[in-house]
Amino acid sequence: MKKLLLSGIIFSSLAFALPAKLTAEPFHRKIDSLLISTTDHKKFEILQQDFKSGPEVTKACLSCHTEASKQLHRTRHWTWDVPMKKGSRLGKKNVVNNFCISVEGNESRCTSCHIGYDWKDKNFNFKNENNVDCLACHDLTGTYKKLPAGAGHPAYFDTVFEKKFFPKVDLAFVAQRVGRPDRHNCGICHFEGGGADAVKHGDLDNSLLKPDRELDVHMAIGKNELNMTCADCHKTEGHQVPGSRYTPEAHDTHGFDYPLKDNNPATCSSCHGLKPHKKLKKLNDHIGRVACQTCHIPFIAKQRPTKMWWDWSKAGKFDKNGKEITIKDSSGAILYVSKKGEFRWAKNVAPEYKWFNGEMNYTTFKSTINDKKVVSVNHPDGNPNDLDSRIWPFKVHRGKQPYDPILKRFVKPIVYGPKGSGAYWSDFNWDKSIRKGMQNAGLEYSGKYAFVETEMYWPISHMVSPKEESLGCKECHARNGRLQNLSGFYLMGRDTNPFVEYFGLLAISGSLIGVIVHSIIRYFTVKKLKKAGGI
Amino acid sequence: MKKIYLYARFQRFWHWTQFLIISVLLLTGLEVHGLYNLMGYENAFKIHNLSGWGLLGLIFIAFFWYITTGDFRQYLTEGNLVEKIWLQVRYYMIGIFKHEPHPFKKNEISRLNPLQRITYLMLTLVGLPLQIIFGFVYFYFNELVALGMNPDWMEPIALIHTLLAYLLIAFVIMHVYMTTTGHTLTSNIKAMITGWEEVDE
Repeated sequence: MKKLLLSGIIFSSLAFALPAKLTAEPFHRKIDSLLISTTDHKKFEILQQDFKSGPEVTKACLSCHTEASKQLHRTRHWTWDVPMKKGSRLGKKNVVNNFCISVEGNESRCTSCHIGYDWKDKNFNFKNENNVDCLACHDLTGTYKKLPAGAGHPAYFDTVFEKKFFPKVDLAFVAQRVGRPDRHNCGICHFEGGGADAVKHGDLDNSLLKPDRELDVHMAIGKNELNMTCADCHKTEGHQVPGSRYTPEAHDTHGFDYPLKDNNPATCSSCHGLKPHKKLKKLNDHIGRVACQTCHIPFIAKQRPTKMWWDWSKAGKFDKNGKEITIKDSSGAILYVSKKGEFRWAKNVAPEYKWFNGEMNYTTFKSTINDKKVVSVNHPDGNPNDLDSRIWPFKVHRGKQPYDPILKRFVKPIVYGPKGSGAYWSDFNWDKSIRKGMQNAGLEYSGKYAFVETEMYWPISHMVSPKEESLGCKECHARNGRLQNLSGFYLMGRDTNPFVEYFGLLAISGSLIGVIVHSIIRYFTVKKLKKAGGI
Repeated sequence: MKKIYLYARFQRFWHWTQFLIISVLLLTGLEVHGLYNLMGYENAFKIHNLSGWGLLGLIFIAFFWYITTGDFRQYLTEGNLVEKIWLQVRYYMIGIFKHEPHPFKKNEISRLNPLQRITYLMLTLVGLPLQIIFGFVYFYFNELVALGMNPDWMEPIALIHTLLAYLLIAFVIMHVYMTTTGHTLTSNIKAMITGWEEVDE
């Protein structure tokens, strides 16, 4: 009996010791809000009012969260301005891109993704505390949407914009249901960067709202899945979100950031450590030279096509009746619109690979460009001899955009604005829209414009596949593999030395021929000797 | 014609195991080098590395055996080596076609001719160890770089390893052909299997 009892205890303790599948579920929002928060915002009197505008809501938020706006004012989500080590200024406000080209001059359209209200032009007051938009990131209802061209404001009354209906947002309802950001809060801007779903990044789109594990093993939703949200990796403190594209961590040598954070907590190694491959330990030898993303994100835009090409030079064509043209392919992807020009898309596409040490070189509106070749709007810095560099995957977005062929600089056209303002999307006159844009920015313009081909690099970190689907050796260790275009280092299986190959061929074929010739001579001489009776 | 016992059991075991391991190493090595697709890169890679350890182990055992039994003396030569080698080379170039007798008779005390002695000695003391060393340096490249090795050595190490592999193939071709030059076409190979070789009286 005693024995039976003992074995029962051993057996049941074994059952407890069996590893349970890791899920992030316990860390996330529970139906029972008491388990995660000591506050029910519905009970705050100050939130039970008929808010007329976003800033009114913010004012109410600030009555308790007194320092929140000051904290937000220090984030790049607010400033769109990132001072770099070498003195240049990056950030959304300053950089050139080869999608809509420039924020400046087009603010009211672009700032629908700004965490503030009212950024209409360069006179925006960055010190105004009430103009911080709390709800964009903290709305848990999914009903809070900023108007596409509302300078950051949501619809305060039922609105139709470009044939899309935007219902009046119930600000009090939203304000009473706030909490930690979920994936739809980040996604509304980061999944729809470039103006619509899946356009910009290639590894970020609305398919990540409810992904299966093949699409993204971390964010996958469902039983036994990890169900991680953006903020689980982009672990935010004091509203500072780590993992910015402007200051990436291309080679995390610190490893684990949990339980104690020591540097960027958004890197793969922060959770997986510096020797993550337990079964095939040899794979850990790659870690110093190959980013995790390179093998573990074999394809991007897995479910929804991402934009690969935007040719502005083709914009401005109309049909016989002088009306704007829209051409779509069978799947509904836009191939041409009069306002914007020609597009190309790709789905489930392999990224391109470059050495990257975390320094991204940006061409600014003040840089002189070489218009004889394709201009890199940005390009990753790094090379095989630099031990901080690793091979990284990128989505490369290519296209043609206007520039000044006399001054050899990029130009900032105004694209969005009412008819008669000079905005290209209303007036279709490049010269006027560039002149206005450059004047507004205080930049020089020669009066001549042309179009130059450009490319822009977007480092890839999302849509991580399950390990069974990561890249096999032969994807790179082979002739004409994925790394065929990366030079300056020896890659087993890809590279050969002509001297070694020809010398080897000579040695092998030489000995073969020698052996064959020798045996033939042997055969005939012995035959002859036998005939002559010599043997 | 008579039969003599030339190869001890261990020598035969060693020879054929080495033959097997080297064949596997060449087969998998050339696949990893990208020349063909046979068992898949990952399998080839794993088998190659395991076989490398196998060859290293076998060589250690063989060294131990040769030293402790004193049989290593079979590989040593006395007198004018160049002259002796020339005699053997001359036999293969001229004598063999005239059906001349072998310049050096095989017996239990001396089973290798001077050309074999020097070739096998070089292979066992220089060629294979060098190939194994380069292979292991390649395998432990990251660890060695961490200890201060120049990372630029990757390419030369890989190239030498490849070149030595090609030379080894050339050796195997000639080696196999040479086995047909015994008393009969197969008497040498039979001896390496059974230990007993038929030789001229």
